[in-house]
Amino acid sequence: MLIAILAGFLLALFMPNVIRGLKGKSSIGIALLPFSLFSYFISFLPRISSGETLHFNWSWVPSLGVGLDFYLDGLSLLFTLLITGIGTLVFVYTSSYLKGHQYLDRFYAYLSMFMASMLGVVMADNIITLFIFWELTSISSFFLIGFNNDSEPSRKSALTALGVTGFGGLFLLAGMVTLGYITDEFQISSLAAMSGEIHGHDLYPWVIGLVFIGAFTKSAQFPFHFWLPGAMKAPTPVSTYLHSATMVKAGIYLLARFTPILGNHVMWNTTLIIVGSITMLYAALHAIFRLDLKGILAYSTISALGILTFLIGLGTEEALTAAAVFILVHALYKATLFLITGIIDHETGTRDVSQLGGLNKIMLPVGIAGLLAAVSNAGIPPSFGFVGKDLIYEATLHFGDLAWVLTGAAIVTNVALLFAGFLAGIKPFVGKLPEKFSKLHLPGPAMWVPPLILAVLGILFGLIPPLVDGPLIKPIVAALTLQDPDFYLHLWHGFNVILALSVATIATGIALYFIIKPSEALLGKATRFESISPHSMVKGLGRGFTWFSAKWTNFLQNGYLRYYLITILSFLTFLLAYRLFLGVEIYVDTSVLSEITIYEAIIVLIMASAIFFTVFTKSRLAAVASMGVVGYSFCLIFLFYSAPDLAMTQFSIDTLTVILFVLVIYNLPKYLKLSDNRDRIRDGLLSLIFGAMISILTLEVLNESVQKDISTYYAENAYLLGKGKNVVNVILVDFRGFDTMVEITVLAIAALGVFSLLKLRLKSIEKE
Amino acid sequence: MSNPYIVLPIIFQLFLAILLMFCWTQKNLQKLVSTVGSLIAVAIAVIMFAQVWKSGTLVTQAGNWGAPFGITFVADTFSVLMVLLTTLSGLAVSVFSVGAVRNARVKFGYFPILHFLIMGLCGAFLAGDIFNLYVWFEIIIISSFVLITIGGEKAQLEGSIKYVTMNLLASVVFLTAIAVLYGLTGSLNMADLSLKVAEIENRGLVNVTAILFLVGFGIKSAVFPLYFWLPASYHTPPPAISAIFGGLLTKVGIYALLRVFTLIFIPDAFMITLISIMAALTILSGGIGAMIQNNIRKIFSYLIICHIGFMLAGLGMYTELAILGTVFYLVHDIIVKTNLFMVSGLIFKIKGTYSLRLLGGFYKDYPKLSLLMAIPLFSLVGIPPLSGFWAKFYLIRGGLEVDNLVLVGFIILGSFLTLFIIARFWSEAFWKTGEELPKKLKVKYYHELKPLKQKAMVVSILFLAFISLGIGLGAEYVIQVASRVAEELMNPQSYIEAVLGKL
Repeated sequence: MLIAILAGFLLALFMPNVIRGLKGKSSIGIALLPFSLFSYFISFLPRISSGETLHFNWSWVPSLGVGLDFYLDGLSLLFTLLITGIGTLVFVYTSSYLKGHQYLDRFYAYLSMFMASMLGVVMADNIITLFIFWELTSISSFFLIGFNNDSEPSRKSALTALGVTGFGGLFLLAGMVTLGYITDEFQISSLAAMSGEIHGHDLYPWVIGLVFIGAFTKSAQFPFHFWLPGAMKAPTPVSTYLHSATMVKAGIYLLARFTPILGNHVMWNTTLIIVGSITMLYAALHAIFRLDLKGILAYSTISALGILTFLIGLGTEEALTAAAVFILVHALYKATLFLITGIIDHETGTRDVSQLGGLNKIMLPVGIAGLLAAVSNAGIPPSFGFVGKDLIYEATLHFGDLAWVLTGAAIVTNVALLFAGFLAGIKPFVGKLPEKFSKLHLPGPAMWVPPLILAVLGILFGLIPPLVDGPLIKPIVAALTLQDPDFYLHLWHGFNVILALSVATIATGIALYFIIKPSEALLGKATRFESISPHSMVKGLGRGFTWFSAKWTNFLQNGYLRYYLITILSFLTFLLAYRLFLGVEIYVDTSVLSEITIYEAIIVLIMASAIFFTVFTKSRLAAVASMGVVGYSFCLIFLFYSAPDLAMTQFSIDTLTVILFVLVIYNLPKYLKLSDNRDRIRDGLLSLIFGAMISILTLEVLNESVQKDISTYYAENAYLLGKGKNVVNVILVDFRGFDTMVEITVLAIAALGVFSLLKLRLKSIEKE
Repeated sequence: MSNPYIVLPIIFQLFLAILLMFCWTQKNLQKLVSTVGSLIAVAIAVIMFAQVWKSGTLVTQAGNWGAPFGITFVADTFSVLMVLLTTLSGLAVSVFSVGAVRNARVKFGYFPILHFLIMGLCGAFLAGDIFNLYVWFEIIIISSFVLITIGGEKAQLEGSIKYVTMNLLASVVFLTAIAVLYGLTGSLNMADLSLKVAEIENRGLVNVTAILFLVGFGIKSAVFPLYFWLPASYHTPPPAISAIFGGLLTKVGIYALLRVFTLIFIPDAFMITLISIMAALTILSGGIGAMIQNNIRKIFSYLIICHIGFMLAGLGMYTELAILGTVFYLVHDIIVKTNLFMVSGLIFKIKGTYSLRLLGGFYKDYPKLSLLMAIPLFSLVGIPPLSGFWAKFYLIRGGLEVDNLVLVGFIILGSFLTLFIIARFWSEAFWKTGEELPKKLKVKYYHELKPLKQKAMVVSILFLAFISLGIGLGAEYVIQVASRVAEELMNPQSYIEAVLGKL
């Protein structure tokens, strides 16, 4: 099983070699991988439909409770079959669609990587593992959308898609971590039993909020839907596979998977119903006015995803059954429509629906596939779509007080979707064939067979529902409700309200199809409100954020060293003052301090005036000289406190410094006065306050009684153990000799630095 | 028991540096010595790591003066882990330098000083004495300063002035802090300080001293609002130098913060809040700073700041799990950031520019290199299961534990910004159609280099990319190490006993 899931990654890794091995002729052979996976997964069908669930565990990061844990129940099985089944067809289709493309190997590599990640998502039994694969789908989607990376819109769309889904992904991560935190359990299959505990926890609203953002971004729910139409810049096989049949359903999968754990709570249900219905209506209405076939399909996909969210929000057994059926219905007809759009685009070079017509005359099998898909999409009997739509109406009608409002919303959506389906599946094929297309011909079977298979399945499942209801749908509903369901899917329910609603939907939709003719003018009307759409708002937000970023960054990183220093020192001073005055009882015990002698007073006076002189003088030389005065004054202080050796050291250092400075300054240009007096006063004030803080701190520290055992040890043992009479020397070269050695190294490095600074001037001609 | 060989990583680098100085003008010999030496250094670090992992914290007293009177070196798990990472990234940079550093610089002491810098880093990680730590910081500052200035180009010098001024300021603050601490306790040995500081009754003074350490190390680690030196200087030196800086310099600050605030100063509520706020603003400032840059090295510089914020956040949460997250992030970040600066160097060698606007077409022209570079780039984002992801998990978990949802929010914001910035980077530099850029006379292009030099650069990137992958896929092992580090940090008893003997 692990191999089955990870096979895609391996294949992706070696794809360039594989393609080279196949010499580009028979890249169709790569479809063997998804096909064998499909056969593998379908072999589990009998066991799953008899109510079993299968677990597979591999240890990975046990300290985190994260393993490569997978399990297979009805819900995962449906998705694995969709992923590998549609995957097989898409792989076959691609071999012809991108035939001879320079980067076919990369394309297949991304596609296999995506397939493996998606399998990981739908089979993960561990919330962190689920998230890991979830992110991998976003990344593969990024690479696939940006596949035509020479075109700027492609790159932008890839970035938008990754931005939105990655944004959601991080929220999902936070949600998963929170869930793990409150339950201390990462196993999805064990979490359902703790649902009561989770519902009662204070963090429950956070968890569902975070999970929702993750799911909504991935499944393109309002207001995060806008990345999906952009993602249509990807080559059509990608749109088919990722952005209609599988990846965008990951969010739906997530919601369904967590229904037994987080669901059945008023917050959960209400949010999903509201978001789902807004999405399905909003997108359905948008779909009507599009001209670009892919645009139509993108919006109708969003709308279908809205329906699914909405159904999961209803949360009744009927609604969940409807959702399970609709996932399959939608995958079948939408993938077909995308694939035929790809064929049309590939052959005619346009996707503008108002330009297309009469293609039946040259590509009949494609037209048949389109017709069947449109029929299933419209929910016309005997298609599988009819079964699906009936179930949706049944679910809404049986939903308490709001039944009619919800049903109304569902009807409006379905009418619009029917219209969209007819536009994409029927309109291009009927009517008059434009002159310019008459020379075209049917593409190879690798392209038209896959959509035909899917379209036929869409009808077949409708004619013979037992093909799917027992083996597939029931285990799903069992997984979602945790009960043994008892229902059968029917094509024919007898004459009742639902049938009447169905007929009304179909009639209105078809009428609409004949009334509305898509055109530029209509599109213009529909896009009038673009400026207040979520996409524009997010763009505006992005611009605002960039503006803020620039302001903030340039304000802080303004290029002036002095402001940097002022900021750092103000920060330090403020914190010191805060902690000193609020945390320390400030008192100075003058009795323990030695008296101030006249010498000391004079020295301090000299130092103070020297400092003032340094700051205000206009001559560099004078500044350096007065700095020297400050240094010498220090020597005197050392001397007063009976440390002649320190005084000597300081004295020589200061002398040397002044001499070096004078040498350097000699070569410098004229002194510039860069700050006015206001700046100086400000800087001076800051320095004074900072100095005062350090002085107070020092005085307070002096109040504390100190353990002197270490210095006593040095004094006592310098001669006995260190064999030296000067304690300071012994400390420097023996007790703490290592420090001295390192300091000498510092000097050596500095010397090297000075040498290279003086000697090495890289000539501008020399090459880096 | 004394284990004098734990200073070997330091002494060996010193030896290398001196040896290299004797080969002053023989550039090829220097390159060879540096590479072989770095390999041996890695071996030493590995052996030491295994030793500590097996038998616990090792201690040695310089000159055999018993603690707390002499200078103590301590190799606990955290220290040897950092030494190991330092030598690994040192090895990569040393090999990268073979290809990327021009001969003039090699003839003026580039390699000896590089090894002095690595010596300083190892010293800082092994120091068990607060003043000794300061001395190692001096080594780090002076050698990094020389490395920035070597070559003396105008931009380099401008950056170096800002770099050295603010870092010296940090040292002054650090030194003041040590003086105050010595005044309070009369001791410099860190284990001894841990005991003595705990006994001080005047907590107010202890808290003030802690502020000094926070700001001193805060400047070093480039946290808000003390980070100005970093964006001002990291983009100026040659790429090999930025690589070692980007990977390690700020991390020493983080190391010191972690060490001091778990061993000596146990943060009070105010300190926790302060660190958390600083962490949040560091993430924000770094992330949005990177958003608006065009120079790719500046982008990475700001991202360093952003991710320093992550590590500081772990300290701000102050639970064992959060510290584990910080340590994991540290491991990941050292390797990835070193690598990213090398990547930027290679891009420059090939295209002759650091400008994101001008770059492009990399994916088309160099598909294999692009895929290689994708590893550090997307590891940085923390795309699971690459290395950045796991640390983030612990940090979020830690934030929940202490109920600091705001900080969790900032971590998510920082991650999102990183994701967006790197994706855009990819889209611009790799995907966009490349324009023909005018040849720069000053630049020695990649294709003009000898094959050996070309390989040196690619191999070093490959080496660190493999380590990154290993960290991500073998997260279990890193977590075990990090969790032992976190445990040792949060329960310093064993550290103290190892240094001072059973109490």
